[in-house]
Amino acid sequence: MQTGTEIETRIVIAGFGGQGVVLAGNLLAQACVEEGKNVTMMVAYGAEMRGGTANSTVVISGGTIYSPVVTRPTIAVVMNTPSLEKFEPLVTAGGLIVGNGSMMHRGVQREDLKSVTIPATEIAHRLGNVRVANVVILGALIATADLLKLKSMERAIEILMAQKKAALVALNLEALRAGFAECRR
Amino acid sequence: MTQFKRPDALYDVPTHYCPGCGHGIAQRLVGEVIDELGVRERTVGTAPVGCAVLMYDYFNCDVIECPHGRSPAVATGIKRMRPDRVVFTYQGDGDLAAIGTAETIHTANRGENLTVIFVNNAIYGMTGGQMAPTTMLGQTTTTTPGGRGKNREGGPLRICELLSSLDGVCYLERVSVSTPKDIGLAKKAIRKAFTNQLEEKGFSLVEVLSMCPTDWKMTPVQAVEFVETQMKKVFPLGVYKDK
Amino acid sequence: MNAKTAKILLKGNEVMCEAAVRAGCKFFAGYPITPQNEVPEYMSWRLLQAGGVFVQAESEIAAINMVFGAAATGFRCMTSSSSPGISLKQEGISYITAAELPCVIANVQRGGPGLGNIRAAQGDYFQAVKGGGHGDYRLIVLAPSTMQELYSLTMNAFDYADHYRNPVMILTDGILGQMVEPIVPQEYQPLFDPAPKDYILDGCQGRKPRIVKTLHLQPAEALVEVNRRLVAKYARISGELKLSEEFLTDDAHLVVSGYGITAQIAKGAVLQARDKGLKVGLIRPITVWPFPEEPYLKAAKTAEKFLVVEMSNGQMVEDVRLAEQCRRPVEFFGVGGGWYPTIEEVLKRIEDHYPA
Repeated sequence: MQTGTEIETRIVIAGFGGQGVVLAGNLLAQACVEEGKNVTMMVAYGAEMRGGTANSTVVISGGTIYSPVVTRPTIAVVMNTPSLEKFEPLVTAGGLIVGNGSMMHRGVQREDLKSVTIPATEIAHRLGNVRVANVVILGALIATADLLKLKSMERAIEILMAQKKAALVALNLEALRAGFAECRR
Repeated sequence: MTQFKRPDALYDVPTHYCPGCGHGIAQRLVGEVIDELGVRERTVGTAPVGCAVLMYDYFNCDVIECPHGRSPAVATGIKRMRPDRVVFTYQGDGDLAAIGTAETIHTANRGENLTVIFVNNAIYGMTGGQMAPTTMLGQTTTTTPGGRGKNREGGPLRICELLSSLDGVCYLERVSVSTPKDIGLAKKAIRKAFTNQLEEKGFSLVEVLSMCPTDWKMTPVQAVEFVETQMKKVFPLGVYKDK
Repeated sequence: MNAKTAKILLKGNEVMCEAAVRAGCKFFAGYPITPQNEVPEYMSWRLLQAGGVFVQAESEIAAINMVFGAAATGFRCMTSSSSPGISLKQEGISYITAAELPCVIANVQRGGPGLGNIRAAQGDYFQAVKGGGHGDYRLIVLAPSTMQELYSLTMNAFDYADHYRNPVMILTDGILGQMVEPIVPQEYQPLFDPAPKDYILDGCQGRKPRIVKTLHLQPAEALVEVNRRLVAKYARISGELKLSEEFLTDDAHLVVSGYGITAQIAKGAVLQARDKGLKVGLIRPITVWPFPEEPYLKAAKTAEKFLVVEMSNGQMVEDVRLAEQCRRPVEFFGVGGGWYPTIEEVLKRIEDHYPA
């Protein structure tokens, strides 16, 4: 029996341009491929998702995905304050916000959501490259949400970065594990 | 040596060209060169829009008739897929220097290994004598009844001069088919433009000054005189590039 | 999973390229325009890897004419653009259609009219299916609605083009072009036995010279004869190639219709409506030319109403009305300019229009 109410996880990853939200979306999508899950990723379209931030959206489902467009995410990964302000009101009740505390002036205010905040940029800086903050926060997402296995994310990093950025594989794996560990302490 | 036999590269059919028109001479020269180089069976020509559109009925080789001005793009597609074939375009002044200017310049600039025969008769023949991009200042046409004006229509476009600055171009020469001597030189230039392609030297263009007595409202003799005294002043003959 | 069925993650525009290359495309000419830039970018390296030729043309006009030339040499060839660029290609499309040469043209539609915007839209339906250039002609127009279908239909497009000696347009949009999904890159399976290409221009060695032309002055009836031949060909295509999907239409009181990504979104809404107990179905044309009338006429016997959803001001809706012969009311939901429907919005319209 077909059903239109297959549980979908709808993720938005938002930040400033250059914070790697598109790469983060691609990594999540590749991890889904590793686990045989259906996934659609796109760089966000839509007036409600415009402004000073760049964002990508990822829809994950065990069933067929009918719309790649995310208007009400179940999870928001926010890399800075403007992204928090934009997406906090849009996350569905009972959803999750994973925030980069290094670049947020305030915490999550809604009480009907789960939230976790880690200093992703600082952790990335400590690892030697602030640009891996996107992968640090993916580690936090994987540790917090019952979504994908850490192993799958590691495979995704190896696959997507192997060709062009082989030298960065080790750094990104480290970043992923650091973000994961930050939430599992 | 002068050849009076019909070239194999041309069919034995009468052309539709007006008495005194230069197209017949130019096409015969192309046909003779194709014969002499022995490439008829591996040649693909492109027909333009304009008086020469019916050249597909005259040339005894594969021909594709192209949208107005697009011959260089069409020829690019053919030559890139069949680099061992000989591909030439045959275009008039409206085709090559007005509506197809972009295609002309960019095909030349890419250095496509093509041969372009550009017939410049300073007027639009087929549509009935309107201004061409190469119409000369003061020249009367059906759309410049008071003569082409510098401040209205601008001056004539000199294609050889224009293309000579492009690194991709191998060979540019302006010739004429107005006198027997000029015809001999024109054939030499056309032969070189084809030879360059066989030697994979890149883009070669021969601009042929030609007569249009009908639309110039002249006798054939007056038309020859017009090329000699008027056109050659504005469009000096000679080699503009030879890499 | 073995190598043949392993999924690969690609952007829609890249899916189309990969399918084209695997279907034997050997020539691509194009010009950058958002949101189709991944097509020339991907082709610039992938086609060379596959022994083909890539040319970045100086304009869409030049690109389609390069394809005209390449098609005349008998190789499989392709060009792509997005709406404003497809307008520029119309001259060449008319010529290629008149010359009866095969090629594939992709339109990754964006908002219009004019320069419009770079968001997804479906405002070029009329241009694609009614003839965007001059003269009476038809394109075969394919409208994939998922990534996997984009892959398979792109492969099929080359077969249809060769089989019918007619340009085939793949009509996608900024969403289908930009979304990233895993696909199974199935092996290319030709749909037809290869037809003899007796039109190829490659020099006349051992045969009479050939002419590819679209001018027909003499005798006076020559062009009429050409048109008669084209009409017969289009009739044959219409008889053989109407593709559509019927989804839960048997007991439907309301039948939703759309093409491309809009149909996929509408399908999600149809399933949610079913969960609410509403008897709703969906008809999705896969070929938008030839347009598959039959499923609509059939549905009109049992359904009470149609609802057409498009990312336009209402274009395909006219063909739906013609197809069901005005037997049932046809409602429309959509607007052009970069608007897209959500599942929730379509569901609301379904509820609004659901027959009492």
